Amino acid sequence: MRARIAFHATCALIALAALVPVLWVLKMSLITRGELFASPPTLLPKHLTFSHYDTIFGDPDFRRGVLNSVLIAGTTTLAALLLGGLAAYPLARLRFRGRTFLMTGILALAFFPTVAILAPLFVEFRDLRLLNSFVAIILVDTVFALPLTVWILTAFFRQLPPDLEDAAKVDGATTLQAFRMVIVPLAAPGVVTAGILSFIFAWNEFLFANTFLFDPAHQPVTVVIPNFATQHTIDYGAQAAAAIAVTVPLALLVLVFQRRIVSGLTAGAVKG
Amino acid sequence: MSAVAPASAVSARRRRRGRRATSRRADEVRTAFAMVSPAVTLIVLVAFLPVLYTIYLSLHQATVSHTGGFVGLDNYSAALRDPVFTEALANTTIFTVVSVSIELVLGLVVALAINEAFRARGLLRASVLVPWAFPVAISALMWRLMLQDQVGIVTYLAQTLHLTNNPILSDRTALMICAIGVDVWKTTPFMALLLLAGLQTISREVIEAALVDGATFVQRLFRITLPLLKPAILVALLFRTLDAWSVYDLFWVMSDRRLESLSTYVYEGVRVSQLQFSTGAAAAVMVFLSSIAIALVYIKGLGARAFGDEG
Repeated sequence: MRARIAFHATCALIALAALVPVLWVLKMSLITRGELFASPPTLLPKHLTFSHYDTIFGDPDFRRGVLNSVLIAGTTTLAALLLGGLAAYPLARLRFRGRTFLMTGILALAFFPTVAILAPLFVEFRDLRLLNSFVAIILVDTVFALPLTVWILTAFFRQLPPDLEDAAKVDGATTLQAFRMVIVPLAAPGVVTAGILSFIFAWNEFLFANTFLFDPAHQPVTVVIPNFATQHTIDYGAQAAAAIAVTVPLALLVLVFQRRIVSGLTAGAVKG
Repeated sequence: MSAVAPASAVSARRRRRGRRATSRRADEVRTAFAMVSPAVTLIVLVAFLPVLYTIYLSLHQATVSHTGGFVGLDNYSAALRDPVFTEALANTTIFTVVSVSIELVLGLVVALAINEAFRARGLLRASVLVPWAFPVAISALMWRLMLQDQVGIVTYLAQTLHLTNNPILSDRTALMICAIGVDVWKTTPFMALLLLAGLQTISREVIEAALVDGATFVQRLFRITLPLLKPAILVALLFRTLDAWSVYDLFWVMSDRRLESLSTYVYEGVRVSQLQFSTGAAAAVMVFLSSIAIALVYIKGLGARAFGDEG
């Protein structure tokens, strides 16, 4: 009995530790300036106000940042799915020399310290006049989203019964046709998982965006907000509102797709 | 038509079939290379070749706009003599060792709890995924708000409990402790999920057999669960250690540039200080090589089984 209580207490503690900080910042984003500075702080909000959200959504840089984030993360996701899906199929299904080597090389990227290539990419992008452009950031984000998509889709393609493509090939389809007409339509669940994780990765990416993008017209919201925080130093309510506003879409994705996300994150990791 | 085909016809048919099979194999191999090549080309161009370029830069007198003469390992010795670099190295080491250790222990607790929970499993899993979904930069900002000396709840609590009287955000030691805390809050869930996946591969029967033999929880944990979980633990540690080793966003946003890490040092060389560009390149190469070394240690621990190749 004591063990049961200890167990339930642990579970409750874990959930609280994860959620209370977020709820606290949510509260900070919804109270008036006066209440924000109250000492001792109020536990529950006395007056709810959306003025901090008005502030951030009234700021053109913030709005632009959200759009940029959607554009960057969305395009990265599509590109990574396309390139990753194409690469994952032969890695999962076809026999060819160098397959293991390729797979290891792609997966090694998941552990790649991205600062190691910051300087050369900066120099290259400058020479190609791609600094401060969406092309540069989408290109690097796509490359570093690839290990994730390739990993998940390879694991997924392996689970599909090979009879399907064999049947198609007996009917005269080429490998590519079999992939396009038989496998792709069946792969939707794997694609969704890989897509969500790529999107979250690109939405959260910071180092590249903070290095290659200089002005708010191109920066994603994750870069705009900390700068926003230095400009509006005193406006803590607005900072809280910004933190909540950027995370809400991700939190929703996570809640809706939690099963897929967990299976995607751990696909293959277990086999080690 | 006779029921028995002449021998020559049979072998001809076999040859035809053989040719068809070979051409299908060739078609398969060609298609395979065609399908992987766009991804592989991009990876080589954007990730692997630039590493060679970084090594080249680190061996030359270079600025962002101009690469000068060959200087051997001068940039490396300059970096190692630079107090900013040594501080960054010390900070990164402390941060990595402490935060990853805490995350391993807490991650194990969370994984065991989720694994045991039946009714609350989905709820528990969803709630720990929330910190994971936060962008690092945003979680750093969010915690900076709570650490802030006028409106921050953490500072208020720390002062009420007489833990500190100084503003946390201007004290480097306090900042480091808080950065570790934020990292633990944000990434323990990831550790837990990887460990949970490992736990779920341990068969119920082994545990039940131990229960029948009267093993206590602690005995089961140390004699059965942990040894069987070793591969999952090493994979999780590999991910987390390398991630912590290149910490950037968290330090950059949370400390208002007061905490240096190896990655912030490299970043400053590229974007902030021209003087630091060459030493920054040397630091980048050191980060790269040390990451490989860390990975090799873990992979050796995992045994000879090659990574990622299940086929």
